[in-house]
Amino acid sequence: MSALLSTTEKVAHAGATLRGISMKFFSKNRHNVLPGFGLTLGYTVFYLCLIVLIPLSALLFKTATLSFGDFMAAVTAPRVVASYRVTFGAAFLAAAINALFGVLVAWVLVRYRFPGKRIIDALVDLPFALPTAVAGITLASVYAPNGWLGRWLEPHGIKVAYTPLGILVAMVFIGLPFVVRTVQPVLEEMEAEIEEASACLGANRWQTFYRVLFPVMFPSLLTGFALSFARAVGEYGSIIFIAGNMPMVSEITPLLIITKLEQYDYAGATAIASVMLLASFIILFAVNLLQKWSRRFAER
Amino acid sequence: MSIDVRNITKSFTGFAALKDVSVDIPTGELIALLGPSGCGKTTLLRIIAGLETPDSGSIRFHGEDTTRRDVRERNVGFVFQHYALFKHMTVFENIAFGLKVRPRSTRPGKAEISTKVHELIRLVQLEGMAQRYPSQLSGGQRQRVALARALAVEPKVLLLDEPFGALDARVRQELRRWLRRLHDELHITSVFVTHDQEEALEVADRVVIMNGGTVEQSGTPEEVYDRPATPFVYNFLGNVNLFHGRLHEGRVRLGQMELSAPEHAALPDQPAVGYVRPHDLEIERSHADSSSVEAVIRRIHSIGPIVRVELERGDTVESLDAELTRDVYQRLALKVGETVFVRARKFRVFVDDYQI
Repeated sequence: MSALLSTTEKVAHAGATLRGISMKFFSKNRHNVLPGFGLTLGYTVFYLCLIVLIPLSALLFKTATLSFGDFMAAVTAPRVVASYRVTFGAAFLAAAINALFGVLVAWVLVRYRFPGKRIIDALVDLPFALPTAVAGITLASVYAPNGWLGRWLEPHGIKVAYTPLGILVAMVFIGLPFVVRTVQPVLEEMEAEIEEASACLGANRWQTFYRVLFPVMFPSLLTGFALSFARAVGEYGSIIFIAGNMPMVSEITPLLIITKLEQYDYAGATAIASVMLLASFIILFAVNLLQKWSRRFAER
Repeated sequence: MSIDVRNITKSFTGFAALKDVSVDIPTGELIALLGPSGCGKTTLLRIIAGLETPDSGSIRFHGEDTTRRDVRERNVGFVFQHYALFKHMTVFENIAFGLKVRPRSTRPGKAEISTKVHELIRLVQLEGMAQRYPSQLSGGQRQRVALARALAVEPKVLLLDEPFGALDARVRQELRRWLRRLHDELHITSVFVTHDQEEALEVADRVVIMNGGTVEQSGTPEEVYDRPATPFVYNFLGNVNLFHGRLHEGRVRLGQMELSAPEHAALPDQPAVGYVRPHDLEIERSHADSSSVEAVIRRIHSIGPIVRVELERGDTVESLDAELTRDVYQRLALKVGETVFVRARKFRVFVDDYQI
């Protein structure tokens, strides 16, 4: 339970940080509860250096041992490029699917009362708590051609396990809670009155949804999408069991990095890793800008 | 458009919010639904709007039964207590919303919408604020945006739920005068809900006083204030002094006081309560006849044009509130601790066992 809680907290925290990045750097709030702006800032910077910046810069230093030509060769090899496509493509799709169904789950959990609601609410967190290898094995065996679900899909020509589709399924699985948990509080805060106001003004349900409700939940949906996407890009454990790991087809970038490490090609591995780092950073930054724009109404 | 509320009953799980309520609202009037919280006034307003459906009874708009009609087709403007503005939209977009969501066939053109919205922005005196978001406005300004938004769809009926409830006293007073002026300009049939009797009496053409899911009295502000139909109304519309006593052959004995109550002449001997407003109590220096009662002055508040005097009755030790004009107060030269005589200039006797 505590593992479950702490992961939930982490998500909430990550969401807050994501939002926080674009906000003002220095607040002029003089009456803080925590003493000493210098002390707290110093600690924060130190902590971030230790945990985030030093490992990341080590990555870049290691990459720098390669010449530019070698670096380009390492990161643009056809097999590597194919893995980018699989990883980022599937992660994007998975995040999009999660955005859609995550909103639906959050909506149902907020708006309706039904027996077993708390159990479903708890189930949402399961992908957080489950060790990724367990999730991978489970998904692989369920979707295998002789598995519970796979045996019904097989005759229709749908192969899930050991194909890129399997990667997508695993990414959807692990990313779902991010969207649900970021959208849920926003839906809970929304007053029923604004829906009634919209109806009084003649809007039908669809208009009420896309003109009134959706814009309000959109910023948090973006946060959920970004978190879900970032998680899917970095996911390794659950995917390698179900992906089949065929070069050029269903091989994800993190697996390539591991492969290179196993071949003692540390520089090559870090080169690919730094590309992933850059890509993730750019995507998160873009989402952040979009989020800032979508929250413009909340600024004073 | 007139509104006819007929025998409306509504209950929520285990609680009857409205019990057989009927109200007539003539075309073009401004009506206040007044009552303490939980009396069913907001429920009634929401039923008129179509946001709730009654268990039984009917609502007619201009003679036409709209009880089962969807809120979107009723053409009502509803102003919510907490404004319910769309916070991701600017003032302009909020007001334009009702026009923009119309089906293509009846939707006005862009230019037309813009003209109309700016007209409304002028009407609610928010020029220059069109591009602001609700979070950048004060409470009073938000309320006016909510009103403009409701008016944009040219409703036949305007319904306001505690429109000034969330505002501070000064803005409230300003805004309710402004609402009255606006109503005089537009003449749109309007109903507003309030628990503030002063607000209802000042603004409305007619006041409907509700209590416990039923209508106690309806009438013009003068009627309900001067001739309250029930002890509840007497009590709810301002302060009142109670004199407990007995009724006997058209005379009523209230402690030392004996007054005539000809309207109850036919009733048998029974307990009765006399209701007297503070400004209907006269203070005299001498004991004239049996219609006055001895009392001791306990406290004097002499701030403003009205002087409030708290007295303690000599016969029952109950306290009384009297309100005097400054002139009368100065002429009598009252002091705390003095013994005086109090006479009811105007009073009303109720025989039912209404308790406070």
